[in-house]
Amino acid sequence: MKGIAVSTTVNGDAVEFVCDARETLLDVLRNHLGLTGAKEGCGTGDCGACSVLLDGQLVCSCLVLGAEVEGREIETVEGMADGDRLHPLQKRFLEHAALQCGVCTPGFLVAAKALLERNSNPSESEIRYALAGNLCRCTGYDKIVHAVHAAAGDLRRQQKARKKRKAAG
Amino acid sequence: MAGEKGKAYLLAGGTDLLVRMRGDFIDPDLIVDIKRIPGIQEIRKTASGFSIGAGVPCAMLGRDKALASAWPGVVEAAQLIGSDQIQGRCTMVGNLCNASPAADSVPALVAAKAKAVVVGPGGRRRVPVEDVVTGPGRTSLKKGDIVVAIELQKRPPKSGDAYLRFTPRTEMDIAVCSAGVSLTLGAGNVVKQARVALGAVAPTVVLVPKAARALVGTRLEDDALMKLAAACEAACSPIADKRGTVEFRTEVAGVMARRAAVMAYDRARGKR
Ligand SMILES: Cc1cc2nc3c(=O)[nH]c(=O)nc-3n(C[C@H](O)[C@H](O)[C@H](O)COP(=O)(O)OP(=O)(O)OC[C@H]3O[C@@H](n4cnc5c(N)ncnc54)[C@H](O)[C@@H]3O)c2cc1C
Ligand code: FES
Ligand code: FES
Repeated sequence: MKGIAVSTTVNGDAVEFVCDARETLLDVLRNHLGLTGAKEGCGTGDCGACSVLLDGQLVCSCLVLGAEVEGREIETVEGMADGDRLHPLQKRFLEHAALQCGVCTPGFLVAAKALLERNSNPSESEIRYALAGNLCRCTGYDKIVHAVHAAAGDLRRQQKARKKRKAAG
Repeated sequence: MAGEKGKAYLLAGGTDLLVRMRGDFIDPDLIVDIKRIPGIQEIRKTASGFSIGAGVPCAMLGRDKALASAWPGVVEAAQLIGSDQIQGRCTMVGNLCNASPAADSVPALVAAKAKAVVVGPGGRRRVPVEDVVTGPGRTSLKKGDIVVAIELQKRPPKSGDAYLRFTPRTEMDIAVCSAGVSLTLGAGNVVKQARVALGAVAPTVVLVPKAARALVGTRLEDDALMKLAAACEAACSPIADKRGTVEFRTEVAGVMARRAAVMAYDRARGKR
């Protein structure tokens, strides 16, 4: 199969690449675009280390073809921090020691971000269900769950402060 | 599709296809992504019920309140597939056409008497879901055929459905056995119509008319449920593997069917 030219948006930037018809979005991100945050743990949808958002929807980039993302919007872990300012999830992962080897971390961060966007105050079991597609061999999960819980609180407080400022005009 | 001389595959969510490509089980010469076909990612309410486009990811089914309240069993079954990551991509049509005996949405669709709308070189036709799969990994679809939608009927009053599977883990696991039940009640909450389908206990999902007959005319009294379970056990011809022995699968299939019947019954009489 011949190369396919694709134009898409990654973390807000317009990008173009040429990929083989069999290459996955994960291959494209890592090998063509130099975005090595998303990791390949399994390549079969089981581990979630390759998680990204595709038009706002959490997906395994190893199960998306590069050719499918024409005209779509992709968000990766590289887009989470605001310059040098880490996203609350990233901060809390560090504070809670929610990572050891770190291979699973980008996937957990993106999946947790997707969760908090639709549910700003998840219970522990909601967090565990939402992250069931992400595997970690090192931490035993508890620290990850606590970090997500703490970050959810941070985000709610940020939101409140923003509303107050708006109201105050 | 029909013109391709080599091996052509349709791509819906890709959660089976890409895994099989990567495992070198298949080596496509042509892949056709159906998701760009206009309307294929829509759920439509029609005069006769619902038409769910072949590209609709399972996560979308639960967000459609009308669909989820008419067919809670179908929606729950589809939403058991994989993780949130998989839900954002996987489709019921892919689940059906992949033709795994353990496909979660299929027993619920068969119980629901769903139809697959197939478009091919021979035109457009409606195929009962139970006639699509002919064996593990095999379907009755011909070269060039595309399933474009799944159709679910409008529900008469006092109807309910349910799907239950047995898995060792609660998430991210493959059904060891499963059951889908759909019921419509008449006067005095007596079962008027029933359909019962079992998954993962035979080469294909099986419709068990005898199990359905055990429920018709009853209010799901204990002996009706025992007869249902016996009919389900008799319909099982499972494989034995590390996930479950033949005896285990057979017995638990009966238990799943009983529990799913009770859930469907409670839903039909408005008790959730
Ligand atoms: C981590 C993980 C967990 C999973 N968990 C479950 C689970 O719990 N339960 C379960 O049942 N499954 C599970 N699966 C399997 C898979 O996700 C489902 O079978 C899913 O529904 C497939 O849908 P899809 O749209 O991704 O199919 P695809 O991979 O796109 O297609 C599957 C097959 O159908 C064919 N096809 C696609 N569209 C059409 C069409 N319109 N007409 C005709 N043929 C078509 C394809 O060519 C292919 O052969 C899991 C998979 C993964 C990777
Ligand atoms: S690499 Fe994609 S899920 Fe494991
Ligand atoms: S930190 Fe090593 S896999 Fe999660």
